[in-house]
Amino acid sequence: MSAVIEVRDVSVRFATDFGEVEAVDGASFEVREGEILGLVGESGSGKSVTATAILRLIRRPGRLTGGSIVLGGRDLARLGEDELQKVRGTEITMVSQTPRTALNPLITVGEQVARLFVLHAGLSKADARKRAIEMLAMVGIPEPERRARQYAHQFSGGMCQRVMIAMALATSPRLLIADEPTTGLDVSTAARILDLLRDLGHRTGASILLITHDLGVVATTCHRVAVMHAGQMVEVAPVRALFAHPAHPYTRALVRSIPRIDCEVAMEPIPGAVPSLLNIAPGCRYAGRCPWVEERCRQIKPGMTEIAPDHLVACYAVEDGRARVV
Amino acid sequence: MPALCELDDVKVHFPLRGAAAWLRTVKEHQASVVRAVDGISFQVQAGETLGLVGESGCGKSTVARALVRLVRPTGGHVRFEGTEIGSLSDQAFNEVRPHLQMVFQDPAASLNPRLTVRRMVEEPLRLHTDLGAAERRDRAEAVLVEVGLGLELADRYPHELSGGQCQRVNIARALVTNPRLIVLDEPTSALDVSLRARVILLLEELRQRHGLAYLFISHDLATVRYLAARVAVMYLGVIVEEAPAAALFDGPAHPYTRALLAAVPVPDPDARRDPFVLSGEIPSPIDIPTGCRLRARCPLAQPVCAQPVPYREVAPGHFAACHLV
Amino acid sequence: MAELSSSGTAPLAPAPASLRLIWRRLRRNWLSAAALAVIVLMAFAATLAVWVAPYEPDATDADAALQAPVLHHLLGTDIYGRDLLSRIVYAGQVDLAVAFGATALALLIGCSIGVVAGLYRGVIDLVIMRCVDSVMAFPAFILAMAITAALGNSVGNVLIAIAITQIPNYLRLIRGEIFRIREMEYADAARVVGNPAWRIMFIHLLPNALPPIIVQATLAMGYALLTMASLSFIGLGIQPPQSEWGSMTAEGAQYIVTGEWWLFLFPGVAIVLMVLSFNLIGDSLRDFLDPRMRGVR
Repeated sequence: MSAVIEVRDVSVRFATDFGEVEAVDGASFEVREGEILGLVGESGSGKSVTATAILRLIRRPGRLTGGSIVLGGRDLARLGEDELQKVRGTEITMVSQTPRTALNPLITVGEQVARLFVLHAGLSKADARKRAIEMLAMVGIPEPERRARQYAHQFSGGMCQRVMIAMALATSPRLLIADEPTTGLDVSTAARILDLLRDLGHRTGASILLITHDLGVVATTCHRVAVMHAGQMVEVAPVRALFAHPAHPYTRALVRSIPRIDCEVAMEPIPGAVPSLLNIAPGCRYAGRCPWVEERCRQIKPGMTEIAPDHLVACYAVEDGRARVV
Repeated sequence: MPALCELDDVKVHFPLRGAAAWLRTVKEHQASVVRAVDGISFQVQAGETLGLVGESGCGKSTVARALVRLVRPTGGHVRFEGTEIGSLSDQAFNEVRPHLQMVFQDPAASLNPRLTVRRMVEEPLRLHTDLGAAERRDRAEAVLVEVGLGLELADRYPHELSGGQCQRVNIARALVTNPRLIVLDEPTSALDVSLRARVILLLEELRQRHGLAYLFISHDLATVRYLAARVAVMYLGVIVEEAPAAALFDGPAHPYTRALLAAVPVPDPDARRDPFVLSGEIPSPIDIPTGCRLRARCPLAQPVCAQPVPYREVAPGHFAACHLV
Repeated sequence: MAELSSSGTAPLAPAPASLRLIWRRLRRNWLSAAALAVIVLMAFAATLAVWVAPYEPDATDADAALQAPVLHHLLGTDIYGRDLLSRIVYAGQVDLAVAFGATALALLIGCSIGVVAGLYRGVIDLVIMRCVDSVMAFPAFILAMAITAALGNSVGNVLIAIAITQIPNYLRLIRGEIFRIREMEYADAARVVGNPAWRIMFIHLLPNALPPIIVQATLAMGYALLTMASLSFIGLGIQPPQSEWGSMTAEGAQYIVTGEWWLFLFPGVAIVLMVLSFNLIGDSLRDFLDPRMRGVR
């Protein structure tokens, strides 16, 4: 499977009153043809900033300080604003966690979807309308002809999110970035939105980068997972491998720290706190919380090593075999 | 043994205001009301955690607010330690407050941004005890330590604290008057995964140490399973099922509970999913269907479901409101 | 559970010395820093006028009448040979005192009534708000004119007139804030803990409702200065020989055709500068007053 987008060593820095903070420290991953890649981490892990960096939408006081983002042979990190504008919304689209505010309250929902077809596909108004209704039907909105004539406030949160997904897929993008698409939705609505994403990814062939903090969402929806901690990528693995044999000490702790609905296991909170990114040591940022820490962890950031096919981990302890992968 | 807290057919209805409501009243010859809570009964035993789950709009938060009198119930009885508290005057209810506390959903927003941690935790003591300043200080500090906050944080303001720390302040404030029941309204849903685990463990530890009872309101079913001894499931203003936690999670009787459980994403890629799904969306609490409230969405619905639903004991201690079980 | 004490994410960084932070803010916001400097300077000069002003404000000097700005009369003199700079400095006393007094009075009355409306709601709130609406139905300046015309134009009456036109602004603002904050979760938390109504109002609602009011008051200072100057300009405000920027501008206007431009220009500049300064600091004040904004870039 070839990669749709390759992110290599992307770094993002933010200037604060107290000094510079490296919110993303050399993140690397790729999203492959037709897959759903989960990007997991707690708040402050840099997962949303990474997504923003892919779209080159980092605003002051933040800036992209290094790395490459290769999409279809072009490095987005080096494109000018005019060319980026052509990529955003067509080749890469986005679904946010606040669908209601992303929809224009003054224009009918159908019209908003139709405008995309007029703008990007050059369809006539009538054709665009027809396509818009087809799109709404595809994302599972009942009675799409009638609903297309309604406004955003007449839609529930889940329905708004479906419209957002329809709009994100309208331009047949190569990559759809879904940033916490189900946060704030009820469990049953969320489950159906995830089903829809999975199903549409399968049908349209779009690759999806799914950003979430919920391991349950990852397990039920993603093919592969990338785990971030305090701005660093710590582990990338196929979803089964990640849950069956989590390797990085952070991933192991994360998996054990969530309450389970399917079985009764004791919960163990992750030791320590998410470190402040200000004046942080150059090495692994989990060092302060890690049971296997040694001196070099604090000095030099461990690189990604492949410990099993397709399973990458950034940890000296795993590399040396001191922390046996179970 | 009488229950610590008992709700008996409690109703909270809100009248609708505005032109649209008036038009409705004229057209349909009945006042428009939102039946947020429409006759619910449950008991919380001393030292026990009752989980109250349901999706947004089911009225679970309104139950919490009615219990601590942020809203007045429209009907029914609320008894706390054997006394009817629903009909108490505000003054008399103040005597109950130290024993009946609440922790809110948004850890930061439920702290006054202009007061220090210390002042907020001391406030209940100032209001309900005649402790001197030094004694209040000692008591507040003892509670802060107990919930795991360093005393160096005592003179900070909420914006200087993390979400997890804020929620500990909220728990300390609820705990400082030695309550017997704490209403927890989604106390962990605004927290990150790793903080959530700590707050859950802290709550459980405090419950065991002080013999507290919790009414734990949440849509996070995994957390409820971890904390609650019994669980009640709400749908559209009523309780549709109540059972011991293990029985409810392993063998839900009501179709709504089953669908809810099926929808929870399990952190195990090989887990088998129950494909049981409800159709449509939760109706508005203004237009509540007759008979079973789930009828229009339930894949198992039969003609009998249009009849009023009995709330029956389907197994020992396991109650459900469904014609089909 | 040993690690419990260091729960959660560590705050981004230790709070730096607040003075350093203020200095950093000011440097970024040099315009408001300049505005603040102008106000402080003017306030100092006015309070210490006896020592600062080179001449007595009413000392006439027939030999130096209508003098253009020169070294010993920096801003020139008027027809009686009075030193314009001294008169402007002394006028600052009256102008700033009335503007400040009127604003403070309006703030006090507006907030008190607003709190009553917020506390009792219902009918009392309704009656208060309809009264406010009717006051606001008059153009503010016409109202001020009518009040000074009715009461007589002493310094105190001008102050009262300006205050009355401003009360509705504060009242509406504080009532709105109180109604908004009352729905916040921390207000609910205060109720659950058992706070009586007055404590909820004065400890939990009012302190959180004040910042926008204080910003409004700063902007209103500029507006009060303008109102006063305008009243004086049309002869309804403070009367000569008491020097006041508005009346000085009015007097000076007569001399423009004959070429004595300084008589009009300098009092006018004083008004514009002060009004502008008050407006400029109003906005940056908002950031200073918000505890959440401290430490954010």
